[in-house]
Amino acid sequence: MVLDFVVPSPQGSSWGLGGTCVNVGCIPKKLMHQAALLGQALQDSRKYGWEYNKQVKHNWETMTEAIQNHISSLNWSYRLKLREKGVAYINAYGEFVEPSKIKATNKKGQETFYTASTFVIATGERPRYLGIQGDKEYCITSDDLFSLPHCPGRTLVVGASYVGLECAGFLAGLGLDVTVMVRSVLLRGFDQEMAEKVGSYLEKEGIKFQRKFTPVLIQQMERGSPGVLRVVAKSTEGPETIEGVYNTVLLAVGRESCTRKIGLEKIGVKINEKSGKIPVNDMEQTNVPHVYAVGDILEGKPELTPVAIQAGKLLARRLFGGSLEKCDYINIPTTVFTPLEYGCCGLSEEKAIEVYKKENLEVYHNLFWPLEWTVTGRDNNTCYAKIICNKFDNERVVGFHLLGPNAGEITQGFAVAMKCGLTKQLLNDTIGIHPTCSEVFTTLEITKSSGLDITQKGC
Amino acid sequence: MAAMAAALRGPVARFRSRTRAWTRGTRGAANAVGGQQQQQQQSFDLLVIGGGSGGLACAKEAAQLGKKVAVADYVEPSPRGTRWGLGGTCVNVGCIPKKLMHQAALLGGMIKDAHHYGWEVTLPIQHSWKKMAEAVQNHVKSLNWGHRVQLQDRKVKYFNIKASFVNEHMVQGVDKGGKVTLLSADHIVIATGGRPRYPTQIKGAMEYGVTSDDIFWLKESPGKTLVVGASYVALECAGFLTGIGLDTTVMMRSIPLRGFDQQMSSLVTEHMESHGTRFLKGCVPSLIQKLPTGQLQVTWEDHASGKEDTGTFDTVLWAIGRVPETRNLNLEKAGVNVNPENQKIVVDAQEATSVPHIFAIGDVAEGRPELTPTAIKAGKLLAQRLFGKSSALMDYSNVPTTVFTPLEYGCVGLSEEEAVALHGQEHVEVYHAYYKPLEFTVTDRDASQCYIKMVCLREPPQLVLGLHFLGPNAGEVTQGFALGINLPKVMMDRPPQTVHLTFHFECVQMWGVICTGDADSRDPSHLLRRGGETAHLQALRPGAHCDWMLRLSHHPCQAEGTRYAM
Repeated sequence: MVLDFVVPSPQGSSWGLGGTCVNVGCIPKKLMHQAALLGQALQDSRKYGWEYNKQVKHNWETMTEAIQNHISSLNWSYRLKLREKGVAYINAYGEFVEPSKIKATNKKGQETFYTASTFVIATGERPRYLGIQGDKEYCITSDDLFSLPHCPGRTLVVGASYVGLECAGFLAGLGLDVTVMVRSVLLRGFDQEMAEKVGSYLEKEGIKFQRKFTPVLIQQMERGSPGVLRVVAKSTEGPETIEGVYNTVLLAVGRESCTRKIGLEKIGVKINEKSGKIPVNDMEQTNVPHVYAVGDILEGKPELTPVAIQAGKLLARRLFGGSLEKCDYINIPTTVFTPLEYGCCGLSEEKAIEVYKKENLEVYHNLFWPLEWTVTGRDNNTCYAKIICNKFDNERVVGFHLLGPNAGEITQGFAVAMKCGLTKQLLNDTIGIHPTCSEVFTTLEITKSSGLDITQKGC
Repeated sequence: MAAMAAALRGPVARFRSRTRAWTRGTRGAANAVGGQQQQQQQSFDLLVIGGGSGGLACAKEAAQLGKKVAVADYVEPSPRGTRWGLGGTCVNVGCIPKKLMHQAALLGGMIKDAHHYGWEVTLPIQHSWKKMAEAVQNHVKSLNWGHRVQLQDRKVKYFNIKASFVNEHMVQGVDKGGKVTLLSADHIVIATGGRPRYPTQIKGAMEYGVTSDDIFWLKESPGKTLVVGASYVALECAGFLTGIGLDTTVMMRSIPLRGFDQQMSSLVTEHMESHGTRFLKGCVPSLIQKLPTGQLQVTWEDHASGKEDTGTFDTVLWAIGRVPETRNLNLEKAGVNVNPENQKIVVDAQEATSVPHIFAIGDVAEGRPELTPTAIKAGKLLAQRLFGKSSALMDYSNVPTTVFTPLEYGCVGLSEEEAVALHGQEHVEVYHAYYKPLEFTVTDRDASQCYIKMVCLREPPQLVLGLHFLGPNAGEVTQGFALGINLPKVMMDRPPQTVHLTFHFECVQMWGVICTGDADSRDPSHLLRRGGETAHLQALRPGAHCDWMLRLSHHPCQAEGTRYAM
């Protein structure tokens, strides 16, 4: 039996079966990213000889409707599949009341009790709020953005997580005036050299950054769709404050695990009090043996859809299929879908240095100019490829980083190779596919330690 | 071509008439000295004939190793009079302009997609060939220039001369003005590549047809085009011509993409047909005539019906194969052997010809893949062996490549046919799946040909023999997976069995079901072991055939290949 219930966001957004990825994450995000890329394609197309009316506007409603329709079809197919598989689905909010008993409350407030011998908690996370005046009343989050009935207009994105930068990226790509307010670093946890490159590309795309500021007050100046909001922000380094006026303020300041209101304390499941995350062993088991957890609520595990799917499937197989296979959380590839995509697998340079020590690493890198960018006159020193190798293990690749078009598609295959023990030698021995961006990895020669110039000179 | 061939057959005679200085033929350096216009003989450690991808890479590498190097490059104008600068086929009339025009066509598709995503593009949408071609040509010219600069920077002497052998250590070169230069070298590398073949037996073919040597340099739109041939060159050209809105027909005698996996190839043409390219299958042209309107009337024979048919086109593009540029090199003077069947130069694993100090790389060498990156690498490695301390040979196996048709086809390793021929049907296992890219959902694009296939040995650890991917961005997707095919060769520190197993396992999972972010495809349904059942999405029932297991993937990318294992 699956219990699923979407508590409406403070702005009132709610959605169907499928969780964050399908409804308010990966899927709508990638589609809006695609919309923004198409906007770029429209600009590029003129350089490639396409001619049509100069005035091309973007219609937010058309886009969101198309995306929401796709999501609805996914919601529906999820329900269908549960039914096909004979899984009982109850649209109700579950809370533990006893070790093997759960209370399910539906939309109408009706309570039903269910018992089970095994429980899996997979409640995921929801966007965090700042806890300042006006945030819940006037700000939206990624829970609301993808189904927003009107164009958000001039937007302030608070936070430089990948959610923040992805949203800022596609909003700017759709032609909106976008500002990102950053408390400290961009893309915390990611390779910081790459993160800065992502940021400077966003700046080139017209996104403004307000670094070292954090909002302290949100006020509504005018109602409307969208309305007008006044934002007061304070420097993180001093007394300075700044003010800005926006149509929309999108909070992307992290996510909170949905673990505090599901009765875990009643049955003794431990959570990390600070983060709300649930510690589990390598079998996804909590401290209460018949209660397991998977997905974003796990402590110390990546918050990624494919990881959660994998962990969930393997868990079911271990529980009921006699399997012993555990979920492998190492070398999981991911991609940040900013206008210029950033794909990575393995360790960031910082983490690699921490683990292996700088002197044991060799970093190969290069800037590259996608062929498609030449005709459009886009910058020849923006796209960047980097691999981090362990010198004392056959130059085994421990980190793979790529900033460039289609990084998502490129990274996947390299991640497979990393799983198999990719070395620099193998990259050298593999012939490139010409002309692509991905071939850059077969010809990386310049090491960071050499300090040699990697800028591309024209061609 | 005829004129060119004639000129090439008699370079000595032609030369003699132009420069009186050359009086005694080309029997050696001693005879050559003395003429007024005759330059001093220049000698080098390495002379590279042909300034394409392979030749330039070899020359630059040798220069880097401190050697005195020269490159002789000369572009004989095509029968239509098209000529270009330094850089060879890839840069001027191959990969580069092809991929850019492919991109132009893709952008056309994106403009059509855009309104689904909210972009209000008002019709009509038109395409200006002139504008595109100019942009592409400007980029190519900048690359020509870049290659010149690079040679200069590395102190490689560049001669814009048509070279032919005088003897095994000496080459004579004739420039545009007919001036002769004599070059001698300890080592000579032949990297002259190939040129498109004309069907000389078809009347009007040479007179009125164009080839890939011309298409990228046309100033005006080719208009309604007949592409003859079904090589990758033919299909790529037909693909982008269709994509930019031209009425395009492909006439093919037999099979598409000979040498490639035939199931994949027919999916490629199937997609092209649905994309608007017309196909005349089993047809062979017999006559090209120019009509008073300036259009071309093509007569062809339909082999199936035995009937003759005609059609009118603005342009006829021959893409029926390429011939190596060896006929004008006077190879016999140096004693370099060619395969009389195809005129390619016979080489050994060291790239050496029948003359030990003369080498051949790239498209001109027999049995080599005709691909830029292999030529570049072969050239570099050759220079390193000759002048560095290396003994590393070029490994030509498992070279990945991509056909840039509207739906791209990327592959590495063996085709299914090759695998079966090599190992026997009973030892080959095929995993495959159809999939739908996430981006196709909103636009309702037809994904009937988005397909992946993995050809393996049946016996554990099921060594992966070939990977085939048909879908958007196949070029980018395939590269990483190509690494894996070579894994067992280089992972000497690990038991090869383990490496095979891991790679197979990861591939089944990642490459296997190219998920899409489409929730459907994340269900355990996609990557199937082939055995009678169809792999169409609709035809699949979750878990109906095998016990699939979803594994880590990369979300939401088509390359995600939701990872399923058996």
